[in-house]
Amino acid sequence: MVIDWLPSILIVVLLALGVIGALRRISLWRAGQPEKVNLIAGLMAMPGRYLNDLHHVVERDKYMSRTHVATAGGFVLSMVLVIAVYVFHVEQKIVTWLLLGALVLMLCGAFFVFKRRLNPPSRLSKGPWMRLPKSLITFALTFIVLTLPVAGVLPEGFGGVLLTLILSVGVIVGLGELLFGMGWGGPMKHAFAGALHLAFHRRPERFGGGRSTGLKPAQLGGESHGVAKPSDFKWNQLLGFDACVQCGKCEAMCPAFAAGQPLNPKKLIQDMVVGLAGGTDAKYAGSPHPVRKTGKEPGKEVGHAKGGANNIITAGLIEADTLWSCTTCRACVEECPMMIEHVDAIVDMRRFLTMEKGDTPNKGSEVLENIIATDNPNGYAPSSRTNWSADQNLPVMKEKKQADVLFWVSDGAFDMRSQRILRSFVKLMKAANVDVAILGDEERDSGDLARRLGDDATFQSLAKRNLATLSQYSFKKIVTTDPHAYHCLRNEYADFDTEGALKGVEVLHHTTFLNQLVQAGALKLDTFKGGKVTYHDPCYLGRYNGEYDAPRDLLRSLGIEVAEMERSRFRSRCCGGGGGAPITDIPGERRIADMRMEDVTATGAELVAVGCQQCTAMLEGVVEPRPEVKDIAEILAGQLIEEVH
Amino acid sequence: MQPNVVSLISIGRHPQSGRARRAEQDGRGVELGLKLAGEKLSVLHVGNPEEPVLRQYAGMGLPAMTVLKQDETADAVPALSDYLQQEKIDIVLTGVRSESGESSGMVPYLLAEKLGWPVVARVADIVSIKDGVAEVLLALPRGQRRSVTVKLPFIASVDNAAAPARQSAFGPGQRVRMESVNTHGEVDQIRVDWQEAPAKPRPKRLKTVKAKTAADRFKAATAKPQGGSGKVMKNESAAEKAKAIFDLLIEENVIR
Ligand code: SF4
Ligand code: SF4
Repeated sequence: MVIDWLPSILIVVLLALGVIGALRRISLWRAGQPEKVNLIAGLMAMPGRYLNDLHHVVERDKYMSRTHVATAGGFVLSMVLVIAVYVFHVEQKIVTWLLLGALVLMLCGAFFVFKRRLNPPSRLSKGPWMRLPKSLITFALTFIVLTLPVAGVLPEGFGGVLLTLILSVGVIVGLGELLFGMGWGGPMKHAFAGALHLAFHRRPERFGGGRSTGLKPAQLGGESHGVAKPSDFKWNQLLGFDACVQCGKCEAMCPAFAAGQPLNPKKLIQDMVVGLAGGTDAKYAGSPHPVRKTGKEPGKEVGHAKGGANNIITAGLIEADTLWSCTTCRACVEECPMMIEHVDAIVDMRRFLTMEKGDTPNKGSEVLENIIATDNPNGYAPSSRTNWSADQNLPVMKEKKQADVLFWVSDGAFDMRSQRILRSFVKLMKAANVDVAILGDEERDSGDLARRLGDDATFQSLAKRNLATLSQYSFKKIVTTDPHAYHCLRNEYADFDTEGALKGVEVLHHTTFLNQLVQAGALKLDTFKGGKVTYHDPCYLGRYNGEYDAPRDLLRSLGIEVAEMERSRFRSRCCGGGGGAPITDIPGERRIADMRMEDVTATGAELVAVGCQQCTAMLEGVVEPRPEVKDIAEILAGQLIEEVH
Repeated sequence: MQPNVVSLISIGRHPQSGRARRAEQDGRGVELGLKLAGEKLSVLHVGNPEEPVLRQYAGMGLPAMTVLKQDETADAVPALSDYLQQEKIDIVLTGVRSESGESSGMVPYLLAEKLGWPVVARVADIVSIKDGVAEVLLALPRGQRRSVTVKLPFIASVDNAAAPARQSAFGPGQRVRMESVNTHGEVDQIRVDWQEAPAKPRPKRLKTVKAKTAADRFKAATAKPQGGSGKVMKNESAAEKAKAIFDLLIEENVIR
């Protein structure tokens, strides 16, 4: 009978087509730059990474994680068994019953996918993604009916020619989506690319609960810098883009998107997919990069973006403003179930714009020039770096040579508001008798800003010079009140530390350090009697470095019960101050800082505690009336019980 | 027709850090040169071809630059005028004065004297070049401009009012073709004998403003100084004009 051989033929044909498509897809990734990966170890680790790390992220949405386990698990199992039964004619009862079980599991999962798609949230892409649950259901149902006679539930030849025809259509639709679509860029591509992406991820340290947030150094010298064309990405970055499931979790978290700036991280990744495969974004069926209502420029709507592996990205595929809107807050990366690295890609492309085109928008050019000429972004005299501490009696390393703690002051030294934080911190350290020294005028900008603005040459130069200075002195800890400097010193300087200046040195944020002092009983603190307090997690402290607890512990030690914002800890919303965003200043509908202040106000807090001078500046820039903004060091210093000698 | 334009560049000095940098006015000179001649702009420096600051200029997108290699102690003017005489050049752009060295602002004048070309001082923009004549905007105080026409070839010093230099990019700066030409500079003995000391701020002449309201103070701060005592001399003889200047200098205690 027809139906006996038809599934086998269709399965083999579609499987073959799927494999051809997959090979073609692999060749698209191979247009990228070489990057060493461990093929065997990666593939071996892949299932574990899927089950632990990926599911750890998906698990935040219980509905989706169960749905996915049922659908994907059911599909993988039934596909193996379908091949066994229909291609190799393994027809033992047990196998066919197993197949039926797997198919029913998949059918249940697919049903829930279908249900979610009935009224999808705006972050989800529509288009072919709306078809997917139907194809999944078709596949499961078709093979269930097909397998019933094989399992002996129904008589052979049940249903006649009509059923055979219907089932054949079902086989084509279901397998077409699942096998053919997987290789040829349908929604199921995510399974194939996603699995390989997990195996060959550029930051394998992220798996198993690790953290890897430092940017990779740019190669300096040569014909070009940064990523100009999709083929300038590493091959496994291209692979990563292809893994995107267009779930829009990144879009929902992105502060720039919410502010109406022209950046939607999901669309950005899809633009990269268009770039690597060639063509236009006409098929994209999700939210676009926001376009400002005033003066809509032509060519920005979906459908106009064109790209190819060897075309300049900012000439037709995406607007430079899209890249400059990002605050590098990593909310998207943290949220992405496929563990795609948006920030790496954005900074890679910025590197081209800054280091090759000399096209950093707004104040970017001026700020970079200042950093180069004076080692600080505002062009102040380097010899005035220590003026803030004229009355602080702080030892300078040049004279002291060694200390327990090196206090990295950062460029806050030049800013009157930040100086209040610095002074508070010094007051606390003095009260705890910490053996501390500063670098004084020998300190330079950490390079954070230059690096996020794409000028890796200047970052590297600063990093090397700072490390050379550091290597002259001996100290056990570096403590800083600036999470951006903290991130550079802790996660990014190691790539340039040939002398081992930071070897064995603990790099700490001041909240971590203060918490150690408080836990050790070195500080006597009064209970805080002000009103309600909330805490804002700075991106570079929280998501970049995983420090969520020390600031909260400190507040608790003052008797403060933190009134948490809805978006806190790893979901904290950026203040808008990172990644050079205040400097490139890409206009949107609203300001990110205003939105964050609304989060604060929603808790009813009268005071928002922060742990970053940049956040302080951004949040204090919100018009009054609004809650007060204070760094944790300031709050602690206010409650310090000073011993009278 | 694209004119042959040469921008002269020097090593600047950052006012706060004292560090070498792309000089403010020379950068504007290169910017203006790029506007007039595009990629064909020649950029010329006298000194050390290894100087890293040159790459900051090159980062503006210059494919090549020429360095007349000579010692720091040598005078730049003879080397420049020799070189410029050999080439067929329409416009030479310089800054008004350099940020380091003697900073006398004399280079355009000395070059003009040697080449026998006119000097157009403090240029804000060169609007057009047609039939061997350029329409030039000169920068006057308080944002005013004067439009003049000048026959090619000429030397122009570029004012701070000219369009600012574009961003310098690292990549092109690294890849620039440095054409180094050996020159035999004459030692600038006067310069060598100089002693350098940090400048003391010059005392400012106090402007006493007897204003009662904020509006008056604002007016006083923004109004043109009432040059009541000045006079315009057009038809007098050169001797008379010189005498008037001489008298003024005595009056102002510049010479005694
Ligand atoms: S890093 Fe932050 S601002 Fe940038 S794309 Fe991701 S979520 Fe948006
Ligand atoms: S990039 Fe990640 S979070 Fe964003 S849509 Fe794709 S899979 Fe979802």
